[in-house]
Order: sequence, then C-alpha cells, then structure tokens
Amino acid sequence: MSQTVMQNRRSEIETQPDVELRKVFKVFNGETAVRGIDLDIRKGEFFSILGPSGCGKTTTLRLIAGFEEPTGGEVLICGQSMNGVPAHQRPVNTVFQSYALFGHLTVWDNVAFGLRLKKCSHADVQQRVSEALTLVKMDSLSRRFPAQLSGGQQQRVALARALINRPPVVLLDEPLGALDLKLRKEMQVELSNLHQKLGVTFVLVTHDQEEALSLSDRIAVMNGGRVEQIGTPSEIYESPLTPFVADFIGDTNLFQGKIDQSYSALLNVVTHKGLKISVCPQDSWNGSHGGDVVVSVRPEKIQLGSQTDGMTHAPKTRDPMNCYEGRLKHIMYLGTHVHYVVELLTGENLTVLQPNRPESRIDLYTPVQVYWSAADCLALTP
Amino acid sequence: MATSTPPPVSRPQSSGLRYNVSKFAEPLVLLAPSGLWLLLLLVAPTVLILELSLIPGFRLGQLAGGYGLGNYLQIFQAIYLPVIGRSLFFAFGAMCSSLILGFPVAYWIAVMAPARWRNLLLVAFVLPLWTSSLLRAYAWIAILRPSGVLNLLLGAIGLPGQDLLNRPPAVLIGMTYSFLPYMVLILYASLEKLDKRLLEASADLGATPQQTFWKVTVPQTMPGIAAACLLVFISSLGDFVVPELLGGAASMTVSRLIYNQFLGATLNWGFGSSLSMILILGVSVAIALLIKYGDRDGATLT
Repeated sequence: MSQTVMQNRRSEIETQPDVELRKVFKVFNGETAVRGIDLDIRKGEFFSILGPSGCGKTTTLRLIAGFEEPTGGEVLICGQSMNGVPAHQRPVNTVFQSYALFGHLTVWDNVAFGLRLKKCSHADVQQRVSEALTLVKMDSLSRRFPAQLSGGQQQRVALARALINRPPVVLLDEPLGALDLKLRKEMQVELSNLHQKLGVTFVLVTHDQEEALSLSDRIAVMNGGRVEQIGTPSEIYESPLTPFVADFIGDTNLFQGKIDQSYSALLNVVTHKGLKISVCPQDSWNGSHGGDVVVSVRPEKIQLGSQTDGMTHAPKTRDPMNCYEGRLKHIMYLGTHVHYVVELLTGENLTVLQPNRPESRIDLYTPVQVYWSAADCLALTP
Repeated sequence: MATSTPPPVSRPQSSGLRYNVSKFAEPLVLLAPSGLWLLLLLVAPTVLILELSLIPGFRLGQLAGGYGLGNYLQIFQAIYLPVIGRSLFFAFGAMCSSLILGFPVAYWIAVMAPARWRNLLLVAFVLPLWTSSLLRAYAWIAILRPSGVLNLLLGAIGLPGQDLLNRPPAVLIGMTYSFLPYMVLILYASLEKLDKRLLEASADLGATPQQTFWKVTVPQTMPGIAAACLLVFISSLGDFVVPELLGGAASMTVSRLIYNQFLGATLNWGFGSSLSMILILGVSVAIALLIKYGDRDGATLT
C-alpha cells in the first residue's frame, strides 16, 4: 500500500525546478570548494547530495541557504535569482548538523521563533506550534530547555522549527549524523513520512550512502567539488557513470585495463595484471579499441564455488561467463551474508558477497572458482 | 628479617588511617597559605571596621564611648544622602557607557575580526591596564583642563571650548576609561563562546541582523554582560583616584567621604567605618544576586 502511495507521489512531482544551481563556484581563501555545479531540484522532491567529507556538499547547501555567496554562477529558488539575497530573506529553512537550538529558549519558544518574527497572531502561533510539535511527537516536552533533551529529541525540535514557517524548500545538513544507529533508522523513517505528508522539497546532505539510497527520489553524488552523477537511487547503484560513483555507492571490485577486442555487444578487456574479462557494455558506452577502461563488478553478482563443483551451479545464460580460479584468502561473517576475499591466480583480490547458506560454506585457503556473467559488469571511463 | 614485614592483618587498618589523615591534611596544606593571608588581611580588618562602625563618633586618640548605631543613623542625614546618590550615579553611568562603548568592540574582535589578529587586538585594548591608575588620571587632567588637549582640538576646528575638569562629566569619562578594558575582556570571553551557528539559524528562520542581535546574541551572552556590568559597577563605586583627581569639590563620592573620615580633617573613624560597611554590604548583595540569577542556563541545567 505504501508502495502505491510512493508511486502516486512521485508522479505528482512537477518538472518545474524548485532550486536551480547554474555553474556555481565557491572559493575560500584560494581553495576551491565547489567547482561549477549545475543542479535542478524539482518541486516536492526528496533530493540528496551525497559524497565523502570535504567534497563540497555542505558548502553547496550553505550556498542555497544563503550563508555563503557563490564566487561565480547563480542560485535560483522558485525561479528567483538568489544572488545578493541574504539568508533571512530566502524561502528556505535549514535543519543544522548540530541542531543549533537556542539554549536560552524552551522547546516551545524555539519552534515559535520563526512565527513570532513574522508577527503572527498569538492564537495562530499557539495553534501552529502545537501542530508542529505534535507532528514530530515532541508536544509533551514543550516546556523543556534544549539542554534537557536527548540528541534524538533535539533533532525533532530542530525539524519542527524548520518546518513551522512552511517553507517550499527544507535543507537538511547531515541531520542524523550525531544519532546512534537505531535512532538514525527510526528518524529516517520519520523523515520519509514527514516528506510525504508535507509534500515540500527536501534537500538532504549526507555522507551515508545507505541513508541517501533509502530516502531519496534522486541523488547527486559529489566528489572534489564536482557533481559526478545525478540519478535515482537505482540508476546510481545499477549504472554508475564513473569509477568513483561505482566505488562510493556500495562495494565493488574495480579492474583497470585496456580494451583488447571490441564487438557490438561485447568488450574483451585485459587488466594491467593480465586478467581477461568479457563485458557487455551499457548503451551509453562510447570507449574505443585500445582505450583505457575500468571494469566494475558488484560483490553480490559474483558466484563462488569450490573447485570440485566446477561450474555446475552456474546459471545457464546466453551471455558469456567470466570464470577464474583462485584461493580463499579471508572470510568475514556478516550474519545474513558472508563476505569473502578471493586471491585470483593473476594476483588480484576480489571481494565476493554470498548469502549465508550452510551448504555453501567453504574453508579458508582452499582453491575456489569465481564466475560472473559479462552482463553483470560495467565498463567505465577512468 | 621478620620485623621488616609487618603483619598482614594490620595493613588495611594503617593504610585506612593514613587515608583519613591525608583526606584532611591535603586541603589544609593547599588552602592554609591563602587562608592565612585572607584571615589576616581581609577578615580581621573587616571585623575591626565592623567594631569601629558600632562605636558612635569614634575618633583616633579620643576616649571611646559605648556601642550604638549612631554612625549608621548619621549616613541618612540630608547632607550625606546626595553623596551616596552621586556615587551610585557615577557607578551606573560608567557601567552604561562602558557597556555601550565596549560591546561593539568585543563583538567585533570576537565575531568579525580575523582570528589571527584577535589576541593582538585584545592585548592592545588591555594595555592601558598596565599603567598606574594615578598616571592615567593625570593624563586625563592634561586632556580635560581648560587649556588642555581637548580644548586645543575643539578650538582648532572652531568649536567652543568645554570646561569639563573638576565636574561630574570628567569623573564619568575617567571611570569609563579606567574600566572599559575589563568590560571588553569579559564580554569578549562571552561572545567568543557564542555558537556562530545560532546566528545562522536565526537568520535562516527569517530574523534580520538586528532581530538576531536582540533575540539571540544578547540573551545568549547575558551571563557575560551581567558579570561585566557588575564588575565595572563595583569597581566604579569603590574608585577613589578618579573622583578625587578629576571630580573637584562638586563630585564628592562615598569613597572620598570615607577617605576624609580616616585621613581628612574630621578624623571620624566610626562614621568612616559605618560608610565602609554599607559599601561592603551593597557590593556583597550585588554579587549574591549575580550568582543566584546571573547564569540562568547553568541554574536550569542542575
């Protein structure tokens, strides 16, 4: 049922962008934090900016919020250019990484802060604050001061405070970073529910790929001040455009090599260590014969068998299979899955993720076979 | 050999005893030097003054009468009430003017100035504290006297000369100058701790810079503002040098009155002592109020 709600909501997302970044640059004391970013964040979308620390994602958010002015380029919100518009005049509200609650005010007064600035009537303030506090389940603690709340409770207050002005765009700067794992999962569900209930645009900055994948309609992956790829979670995960995205989103095995032979639907790649891999290239692939290539294979797409089994378990597909011999070097038990490291005869290390089944247990240091379909790997331009 | 090892049973007892001794001895050793100092130079003189204040009309070299509250009643005579009022006015005025002058400076150094210049700027501001207060008062005489630097400058730009010396404005100027560095130092410490993200959060919620200042910056730094104001108020209330040298005859304050009772013509030690006790009491009440209500965040946390 929730699936259909999601589908309906996604189809409702209008194509008109809510936040636009046009060739935005930001330089701090000679260091370029953001190098020419173009983004279109659509109305009502849950958009995530994902990247490792220092990639410029928080700076990008601060440029949208108005805490920083771009060195070059333009930020537009709801079609209006925001260049030269100070933060207090922008139609966005922010949930800060450290919550930034006002310690001298109670929970109630923190949430009412934005409304009182707008000179709302007393009755209006009363009603909307109590609504917002109910929304984040903090109505029973409204007389407390922030210092008397736990991290998760402070987070809820920060959310209510950002939502009370009913902004068209809510910016979230790693809002769940300081919470423990269990609480983070709970708050992720609540964030998602809130977004569906309110229908406003959420822009989330995070370094947690799982969080971005589970919450977002679309994700922008950033690295070194640039956007590497923008797409839906499945696009980002299934068809990464660059080796960085393939490596950063989930685990992957990357092989650097050259294209040896190139057919219409098949590439033969030879890695620098001499491993030959057959790859079915994606439609967007435009590499040429003899060119450099990076091959990416997800650990869960690789099958593992003891040498005596041979390829008896291999599924019969029409795509060519890549099959190699190796030695089991390391086993990591993960509960639902088992994580293996296999050293191939050519000396390359391969990570393999297999569901935890008792019959598929293999002992350490035994010779094994690994195989995967040519359709399960990706050819990427380095 | 056998005597060198004590019986094992007595061991815990002796170490327990040693622990008890050290539990009392350590604070004693650490606190005794300063405690003795305070006892001799603060507590004993205060008790002495308290006793003198209870002997009406006690004068040095004269036969002392019995105990009574005459000295305290004398304070409320019509000629002395304006002196107390003037002292409070000077202290309050110096407090207000150093707050108005000091807050922007402290704010600028703590929030806006480049981080690497902060220490240098602070030292530059505190530098006047390293000269004698007497010297600074004489410098102000040179500036404010009718033929002084101020009137030379005013004359040069065609403005009428001001006769400020030996009048109340000179006292306010001198006190503000003396205690402004304290104000800036304490406000700086408070503003420097201010979480700058709170200012961003306030702007994010739609507050103009002015609204952010009054609704976030001032409440957040209120403990520092209160402490700085109190320090300047107390210091100004007890200041003797500035009103004596810059104030002239029209600027009689409590501290000058006390000086006159002990070292001036009247030599009324009893009355001087009662004035001193009132001053000490007033300052103590102010500090007690600050401790109780000053740091509200701290109070709500505990």
